[in-house]
Amino acid sequence: MTELSKTGAAVGEPSPSNAPTAFLEVRDLKVHFPTDDGLVKSVDGLSFQLEKGKTLSIVGESGSGKSVTSLAIMGLHRLGARGKNVQMSGEIWLDGKELVGADPDEVRKLRGHEMAMIFQDPLSAMHPYYKIGNQIVEAYRVHHDVSKKVARKRAIEMLDRVGIPEPGKRVDSYPHEFSGGMRQRAMIAMALVNNPELLIADEPTTALDVTVQAQILDLIRDLQKEFGSAVVLITHDLGVVAEIADEVLVMYGGRCVERGPVDEIFEQPQHPYTWGLLGSMPRIDRETSDRLIPVKGQPPSLINVPSGCAFHPRCPYADIPKGDVTRTVRPELQQVAGGHFSACHLSQEDRTRIWTEEIAPKL
Amino acid sequence: MRPQREFSKFPTMEEKQTIMRRSGLAAVAAIGTVSLLLAGCSKAEDDSTDGTKAAGANAATKDVVNASTQKGGTVTYEYSDVPDSFDPGNTYYAYMYNFSRLYARPLMTFKPAAGDKGNELVPDLAESAGVPSDGGKTWTYKLRSGLKYQDGTAITSKDVKYAVERSNFARDVLSLGPNYFQQFLDGGDKYKGPYKDKSAEGLASIQTPDDTTIVFKLNRAFQEFDYLVATPQTAPVPQAKDKGIDYVKNIVSSGSYQFQSYDEGKQVTLVRNKNWDAATDPLRKQYPDKIVVNLKVNAETIDQDVQAGNAIDLGGTGVQAATQADVVNNADKKASTDNTYGGRLVYLAINTKLKPFDNVECRKAVQYAIDKVSVQTAEGGPIRGDIATTVLPPDIPGYEKSDVYATDGNKGDVAKAKEHLTACGQTTINTNITARSDRPAEIDAATAIINSLKAAGINATMKQFPSGKYFTDYAGVPKWDADNNVGLMMMQWGSDWPSGYGFEQQILHGDAIGASGNTNLSQFDDKSVNELLEKAIGTEDKAARDAMYTEVDKKTMDAAALVPLTYFKVLLYRPANFTNLVSTAAFSGQYDYLNIGTTKK
Amino acid sequence: MISYILRRTFAAVILLLVVTAVTFAIFFLLPRFAGQTADQLAQQYIGKSPSAADIAAVKSNLGLDDPLYLQYWHFIKGIVSGATYDLGPTTVHCNAPCFGYSFKTHVEVWPQLTSRLPVTISLAAGAAVMWLVSGVAIGVISALKPGSFFDRSFMGVALAGVSLPMFFTGNLALLLFTYQWPIFGRTYVPFTENPAQWANTLFPAWCSLALLYSAIYARLTRSGMLETMNEDFIRTARAKGLRERKVVVRHGLRAALTPIITVFGMDLGLLLGGALITETVFSLHGVGEYAVQGIKDNDLPPILGVTLLAALFVVVANLLVDLLYAAADPRVRLS
Repeated sequence: MTELSKTGAAVGEPSPSNAPTAFLEVRDLKVHFPTDDGLVKSVDGLSFQLEKGKTLSIVGESGSGKSVTSLAIMGLHRLGARGKNVQMSGEIWLDGKELVGADPDEVRKLRGHEMAMIFQDPLSAMHPYYKIGNQIVEAYRVHHDVSKKVARKRAIEMLDRVGIPEPGKRVDSYPHEFSGGMRQRAMIAMALVNNPELLIADEPTTALDVTVQAQILDLIRDLQKEFGSAVVLITHDLGVVAEIADEVLVMYGGRCVERGPVDEIFEQPQHPYTWGLLGSMPRIDRETSDRLIPVKGQPPSLINVPSGCAFHPRCPYADIPKGDVTRTVRPELQQVAGGHFSACHLSQEDRTRIWTEEIAPKL
Repeated sequence: MRPQREFSKFPTMEEKQTIMRRSGLAAVAAIGTVSLLLAGCSKAEDDSTDGTKAAGANAATKDVVNASTQKGGTVTYEYSDVPDSFDPGNTYYAYMYNFSRLYARPLMTFKPAAGDKGNELVPDLAESAGVPSDGGKTWTYKLRSGLKYQDGTAITSKDVKYAVERSNFARDVLSLGPNYFQQFLDGGDKYKGPYKDKSAEGLASIQTPDDTTIVFKLNRAFQEFDYLVATPQTAPVPQAKDKGIDYVKNIVSSGSYQFQSYDEGKQVTLVRNKNWDAATDPLRKQYPDKIVVNLKVNAETIDQDVQAGNAIDLGGTGVQAATQADVVNNADKKASTDNTYGGRLVYLAINTKLKPFDNVECRKAVQYAIDKVSVQTAEGGPIRGDIATTVLPPDIPGYEKSDVYATDGNKGDVAKAKEHLTACGQTTINTNITARSDRPAEIDAATAIINSLKAAGINATMKQFPSGKYFTDYAGVPKWDADNNVGLMMMQWGSDWPSGYGFEQQILHGDAIGASGNTNLSQFDDKSVNELLEKAIGTEDKAARDAMYTEVDKKTMDAAALVPLTYFKVLLYRPANFTNLVSTAAFSGQYDYLNIGTTKK
Repeated sequence: MISYILRRTFAAVILLLVVTAVTFAIFFLLPRFAGQTADQLAQQYIGKSPSAADIAAVKSNLGLDDPLYLQYWHFIKGIVSGATYDLGPTTVHCNAPCFGYSFKTHVEVWPQLTSRLPVTISLAAGAAVMWLVSGVAIGVISALKPGSFFDRSFMGVALAGVSLPMFFTGNLALLLFTYQWPIFGRTYVPFTENPAQWANTLFPAWCSLALLYSAIYARLTRSGMLETMNEDFIRTARAKGLRERKVVVRHGLRAALTPIITVFGMDLGLLLGGALITETVFSLHGVGEYAVQGIKDNDLPPILGVTLLAALFVVVANLLVDLLYAAADPRVRLS
């Protein structure tokens, strides 16, 4: 389980015992980066599943490992100057193909085609020297052997589909000539031009105005319905999660601490960190005189992750479980209800009681 | 009338013979350092295909090396700068005097022979030496018959007269050559030159009774007039073709070669003159088909080309310091060198008009104090000069070996110096010594002298000035010397023509002292010396003249007016593949360019 | 765009006028401040024993007696409409553009400049191509493998290249490749005459110059690439599934190269004004050598001519560089 990934292997064939059951299945994914200061364990044993047509939202603080996870799925860690140093292990199954052990060129062929990604800041994420149309054309022609004229038509089509007015003219504009919202739409157009079955959106609305935010989220939802793609939405904003997610995965310290359907996460959260996230979210239906309840302390160092439960230094309830277990034993994900899991040493009864009596009334 | 010499920035003959390649001294120093390092690793490519090995060191100073009558091929010259002019009437460089004879025949020239045998005058355009009359105030020359220019037209005596008129009397147009004719020809101060004076007669004191006779009437007796006409200024110029300053672009040749192309500042090509007739010219042989002169070639590159046998250094002032070090330590290469005198003296002038040096005993103290070996070392060692003890260098007629202030091993004699110092009533002297700031060897020599003098109680402080202003503004201005307590001045001198008069007059005659641009730095004004010089120049017998020059030398040394330091020498590298190489004293040790040929096709 | 170019051209002309004025001032005013008179200035142009009449004639020919502004005015007029110089038996008609007439070398300045410019251009352009290609290539490879043996060793060589002065590398190249092992030619011929020998003779000079500059370009490219390859749009390009080589060249190098091209334009412009030391070392009869000769002779017309030419090249290079940058980067607005 902890051996380094094998490169140059053929696309992984599922064997009967470990055949993936979901469209996107991540099993015990670990992504470690050796640095001069030590080994950074950005993702340390992450597992989840996602079906087509569904939206999974990965939530967490900065440095929790959300983006690293998405880049790992895309296979982007092994590229570039530092690509040789990355240690990746575990399995990522996309539509029956295993990606971690696969030939990098096979993964490249999937990138931008079966799986696509949109990024947080569309201004810096698009090349400033090339017209939008040409960048979309490029994305299309990597995976389809067509003429530039045909690809250009497709690009205009996509721009229209994402709601950009006068797409025939705007196809020749440069990224800096768009407004923030239009730019993000254009990036979405570029990601979707090849009808990907998996769309990963890394904080797609963080850089946008609130009004525009809503439009973008609507767009993503519409497109998902239309193309039936699976969507992984990475965010730190629970409002976005509530709006669009079907399932939520809460990450902390490179690990999953809670996972489940969106309704359950919001109404019956089963982890002290999730309680903390919910408590720090401003809500319109609260008394303004009440103070927000932030989570005490700082996010953990990924080089020196706290022993036992990664959250224990900041958890108000760390002493409740017997003995030293929160400090010494890493909690495993345990089922709470159907599809709802939590990694916490508190008993389910304790968690339900604390939530119902202490936390929920204050929100 | 005494010759006026008001010095401008323009270098004199003596400065030109030490052509300092002034291109960024720091760069030169660095180039020198690098080349020094690398020269040790380099092998000179020996391209010689004719199988002859090097003739031995100094072979060309004794006889013609690689003598051959082989015709054909191209002879290449290279020069690191540009000459003042290729126009024979507008140049003052020894190498141009040498080279221009290929296309401009003067009345007289020097015999192509080795060493000081080359100082002998022979007739060139003239059929024999000049005939003096009227006590040496009138000189008559008869031109050879059948002389033609490159276009076939006849050369007449009028053309020689015109050449002298344009080169000496139109100083606003052609000013780069010497003006001896202007000084010595009768009425020379009144004639306005052929560009302003359009009369048919021109200068009255040059007469051309017929097409082959020319008569010069001087304002004084001058027995060495043959030397004066042995310059390119007497090479004929057809008046109809003269364009003043632009004549240089279309020179009409009277020699064995003519211009094929003239690319200002870059290259000059000469080809055979088809209308040259060997029957009228016992001197020239017209061996190569073509002669090419490449200008502005990097000095280090020239040394490489010379060693590879591909070119001759036109300037003829010797190899660069780095090449010298390499060549001297390599037995094979040394066999291809010629180390010759350059007809010049390196000396220290003592200001005879400044206290306490107006007292001869104080001057003698200076003579004895100086360690000449240290000076020789500072100047570059024995290769660059022999220790000097007389005014005249050994290759000038009139030289006689003598050493009035001999010291043991020429290292100086502090005791004797102190004796003479006491005799002139001093225990210490404080004075200033001048030197040229852009000549490192001169600075080093002056430093060596300062150290020698200190031991004897004479404290000299160095004052440095750039060569361009040395004579016009500082050392050559007697008043400035007096005002600034300058008792000692570094100097180098080579004569304009190789005779005692040519050498001594400008530096020892009282009349030569000028208010600025002075070359008689010692301000030596001895009545007996002055009279001797004037008598000599009026004496017809050569041996008698030479004896008088020797006498002048002795008197000068007895009066201790200057301290001779070294007899200047050049180190030339004799390139393989060239024929008829002979080093001649007439042109400061350069190879005689008249008949050099090539074995390469 | 047109109005921008017009404005810049107008500014350039003003600048060139200022350059001439300053050069004039340096040449004539400074000696005056040092106490030199017009007579002494004129004397530099004559040989020995000048009489008062000679000096007066040269002074009038050179116009040294005129007040400075008049001399300057004559010079400007000459550029536009030509000038005439009376030399006694001949008269020189200097056709427009007349950059002056050198009384030392007795040739007009403009023909000298035009005949020497091809040599300097040959030297500069050839070296420029060499250093741009080699510098960028080394820089890209170093940036893609930072800290590797290639990176460290080539950056070390680059440092040496930048530190060694031309009169060292030039002479070294000449000694080794032209004399020690005669690989390259010694006599320059124009390109039109014999391209093979032209290139063959210039090759050591190109290499020496290129060594000096490619070091800078390698370092610039390396740091530019390192920075660019960390940009977000590179990640996006990879996310689109592009092959890595296309990502590096089309997306990375394209962005990193823009500032380098602009530096290149300036360097080339400066070099065209005359690579003085290189031309001297390799005995190339270019504009630089002409300048050196003029400086040694204290001869104003060549100095002025070369200074103006060099200023012109720099100004044009500046303008071209700005236009190029605007063409390369769509975010830049010409103002």
